[in-house]
Amino acid sequence: MQITPSDVAYNGKVEGDVIVTRADSVINWIRQHSVWPMPMGLACCAIELMASAASRYDISRFGMEVMRFSPRQSDCMIVAGTVTYKMAEVVRRIYDQMGDPKWVVAMGACASTGGMYRSYAVMQGVDNIVPVDVYVSGCPPRPEALLDAMMKLQAKIGNESSVRNLRKTKAVAAG
Amino acid sequence: MNLQFVTFGRPRRLPPVKDMIDEDFTKSLLTKHSHLSQRESIDWLTVECAPGELLSLVQSMRDIEGFEILIDLTAIDHGEGEDCRFSTVIHLYSLVHRGYLRIHSLCSDNDKPTMPSVSSIYPAANWHERETFDMFGICFTDHPNLKRILMWDEYPYFPLRKDFPLAGIDTPLPADDVVEVTQASVEPAPMMGGPFVSSNSGTMSDSEPRAKDESWTEKKEKPL
Repeated sequence: MQITPSDVAYNGKVEGDVIVTRADSVINWIRQHSVWPMPMGLACCAIELMASAASRYDISRFGMEVMRFSPRQSDCMIVAGTVTYKMAEVVRRIYDQMGDPKWVVAMGACASTGGMYRSYAVMQGVDNIVPVDVYVSGCPPRPEALLDAMMKLQAKIGNESSVRNLRKTKAVAAG
Repeated sequence: MNLQFVTFGRPRRLPPVKDMIDEDFTKSLLTKHSHLSQRESIDWLTVECAPGELLSLVQSMRDIEGFEILIDLTAIDHGEGEDCRFSTVIHLYSLVHRGYLRIHSLCSDNDKPTMPSVSSIYPAANWHERETFDMFGICFTDHPNLKRILMWDEYPYFPLRKDFPLAGIDTPLPADDVVEVTQASVEPAPMMGGPFVSSNSGTMSDSEPRAKDESWTEKKEKPL
């Protein structure tokens, strides 16, 4: 059957079964409601991260409860805790092992800026080694703060130019 | 309302607690080990032991005097100007005596401080000695696995020495491939409004812990 533009614009037979939209909207809608976090628990923030996954705060209400400890199966790294210089290499390696597209949340003061550890051993912010999408303040942040950050991340994913990024990635892969 | 307190069985009778590491104990210990001398201490018995006698002393403390547990093993940096710059401190605990014994030993060489390892006697000392090596650079002879435990293996400094700045010193990160992608390195931490420490000199009111502003200015340059 030949589909003409007028079929898509209005056709009584398929009305209700066809949705016209932009590819970006569909891709982003899918991505933002199936975030699979990688819990990079390095210190006490990881306890709050666990609390936000447990029944009282229940991160699954927002479609991101599938915590995966394998970087191959996750697309959002939540850096929860103090990043020491010794650990920095490991954090970067795990980030590299995650498949595209991927996002990073710096949870708490230590991951964002080094926090109270003005010390020879602590990296002053995980953004020295990985690109951070959302920073969460707090020491440690309450689960509500993490949920808010994850919703902000969803909003950010919703505004991405996914198709263009996809072409860019393909070009890089081909070249 | 009637409240009744019921106890089940006979109350437990513990033997009366008394200070079992007393003057008699100290005196007999110092007689048995003639090389020992007592050090001034405000809490527990502290003895000064030469590094050469340390192993035999620790062995007899465990086997004869009943100090079963090694609580702590660490070091002291007395400062760069001192004749004996480094010393190690061992804390032993005895379940029989219900008390601690502290053994203090001065390292003879200031440039390459060494100390015999007690990890063959107390296996618990293994990681303590690795940490002491990591932080102070004291080499424990005959240690089964003397390498860094907190900092990474290539780290060139000993951070708890007095001449090491708290902010740290510029050092390359250990992973070359990560450095190539991120251009990250170990940098001195900012010291604005910190650290929060007490000075060990002056009257009590002056030496209380307070924020030392060690931020870098035109007058105070960033540590190398």
